[in-house]
Amino acid sequence: MTAISLPQNRVRTVQRWLVFLGALLLWQVLAARAANPYFPPPVQIAGAAGRLWLSPLLGTNVLPSVARLLGAWAVASVLGVVIGLGLGRSRVVADYFEFLFSFLRTLPPPLLVPVFIVAFGIDSRMEIAVILFGVIWPVLLNTMDGARSVDQVKVDTARAFRISRGRWVLGVVLPAASPKIFAGLRVSLSISLILMVISELGGSTSGIGYQLGTAQGQVDLPGMWAWIVLISLLGYVFNRVLLQVEHRLLAWHRGAMGWEQ
Amino acid sequence: MLDVSGLGHTYGSGDKAHTAVGEVSFTVEPGELVCIVGPSGCGKSTLLRCVAGLLEPSKGSVSLHGNAVSGVPDDLAVVFQDYSRSLLPWRTVAGNVEFPLRDRGLSKAQRRDRVAEALSWVGLSKAAGKHPWQLSGGMQQRVCIARALAYRPALMLMDEPFASVDAQTRADLEDLVLKVREEADMTVLLVTHDIDESVYLADRVLVLSGSPSTVVETLKVDLPGPRDQITTRGSETFVRLRTEVAQLIRH
Repeated sequence: MTAISLPQNRVRTVQRWLVFLGALLLWQVLAARAANPYFPPPVQIAGAAGRLWLSPLLGTNVLPSVARLLGAWAVASVLGVVIGLGLGRSRVVADYFEFLFSFLRTLPPPLLVPVFIVAFGIDSRMEIAVILFGVIWPVLLNTMDGARSVDQVKVDTARAFRISRGRWVLGVVLPAASPKIFAGLRVSLSISLILMVISELGGSTSGIGYQLGTAQGQVDLPGMWAWIVLISLLGYVFNRVLLQVEHRLLAWHRGAMGWEQ
Repeated sequence: MLDVSGLGHTYGSGDKAHTAVGEVSFTVEPGELVCIVGPSGCGKSTLLRCVAGLLEPSKGSVSLHGNAVSGVPDDLAVVFQDYSRSLLPWRTVAGNVEFPLRDRGLSKAQRRDRVAEALSWVGLSKAAGKHPWQLSGGMQQRVCIARALAYRPALMLMDEPFASVDAQTRADLEDLVLKVREEADMTVLLVTHDIDESVYLADRVLVLSGSPSTVVETLKVDLPGPRDQITTRGSETFVRLRTEVAQLIRH
C-alpha cells in the first residue's frame, strides 16, 4: 500500500506547489501591469522582506513578538486544559460556570485591547494579557466538553480496577479528551496570531504589528506587505507544526475511528 | 468466599421506583465458577454491579473473605460486556493489561511478567504491541480477560461477557474461560442470559426470576471436565440441566 501511495503523494505535493507558484506568477504579472503603488508586485515585496526580515529588527521585533505569542498561548493552553479537566469531570461546578464561560467566549477578544491598555499601559504585559484572555476559552471549553464525554464503561472500568485519581485524570480523561483539546488548541493558536498583531498595532512600541503600523505610517507599501506576508507565514508554520504533533499523538484516534486502516 | 445476603436494589423512589433486584442471597466458594442466569431485564447486571461495589445496594449486604464490602473491593476484577468501550484505544494491548497494575505497587519487571503471563493465557502474546481497534471483537474481549487475570483478583466478575460476539467466537471464549480458570486457579462469577452457556460453564447455576429478581433455584452442574463444546453439550446430563433451567426461567 505504502509503496504505491508514496509516489502518488509526491505527485500531489508537486501539483500543490505548482498551483501556488502559478498564483504567485499571476499576481506578479497582474500587479506589474496595474502598476498601482498600493499593490506592489511580489518581487518587490520579496525585496522589502529581505531588507526588513534579515535586519536587526529580527532580534528586536520579530523574535520577541513570536516569543510573546507562543508564551501566552502555551500558558493559556495549560491553564485551559487544567481548568477544563477539573470542571469537565465535576458536573455541579461545570453547570455553574458553563454560562459564564460561554458568555466570555463570545466576547470578541480584540475589544480587550483598549481595556488592557488602560490596565497595563503600552507594555508587553498588555499584549500577553490580551492573548491569554482571548485564547484560553476555546481550549478550556473544548477540554471541558471532551472531559465530560468520557465513556461510562471506562468510568466503571477505572472504578472496578481501583485506578488512582491521578492516573484516572492523566491516563484516561486527558487522552479521551485530547481530540477535542487539539481542536481547541488549533483555534486558539490562530486567534493568538491575530491578537498579537492587533495589540501591537494599537498599543506597543515594538513587535511585528508595530513594524506593520510603522511601515504603513511611512507609506512604505512594499514593507507593509512584507510584514503581512511574514504574519501569514508564521500562521502557516504554527499550524503545520501543531498538525504534525496532533498527527503523531492522535494516531490512535484516527485508527479507532476507522479513518486509516 | 463471597457472601451475598438479602441483597436488593430499587432505582428511584416514590411512584417512579423500580425494584430491579428483589432479594438475592448466595455464596461463591474459592475456585468455583458460578453462573447467574435469568430472563432479560431481571436485574442481573444490577446485581453484578452491586457485588462489584459499583452500585450501592438499597438493602442487604455483600461480604468478601468475611469482610463487609463497601465501595469497590481491592481484589476483584470485572470483565464488561462492552469490551471496545472498556479498553483504552490509545494504549496498546499490553498497555491496557498493564494499566490497572500501575497502582498496585509492582515493579516494572513484575508488571511486565504479569502482562506477558496473562497475554499468553489468552493466546494474545503476539498481539501485545497492537492497539485494541486493530483486533476483532473476540480478541478485544480476550484482552479484557487478560487484564482481569493480570490483576490477580480473588474473584473475577463477568457481566454478559460474550453477548456481543458471534457464535463461533462465543464458543471459543467459553472454552478460554474454562481453560484460564484452571490455569490461573480463578474464582469466577459470571452473569448471562444464555441458558446453555450457564450450564456449559458453571459448577453451579443460580436461576433468577424476572424482575424484581430472587433466586428461584441453585443447580449443581455435575458435568465431568474437561468440558467440550460437542460432547458435553450432547450429553444427557447437559440436556437435562438445560431443560430444567429453561423451565425454571419460563415459570
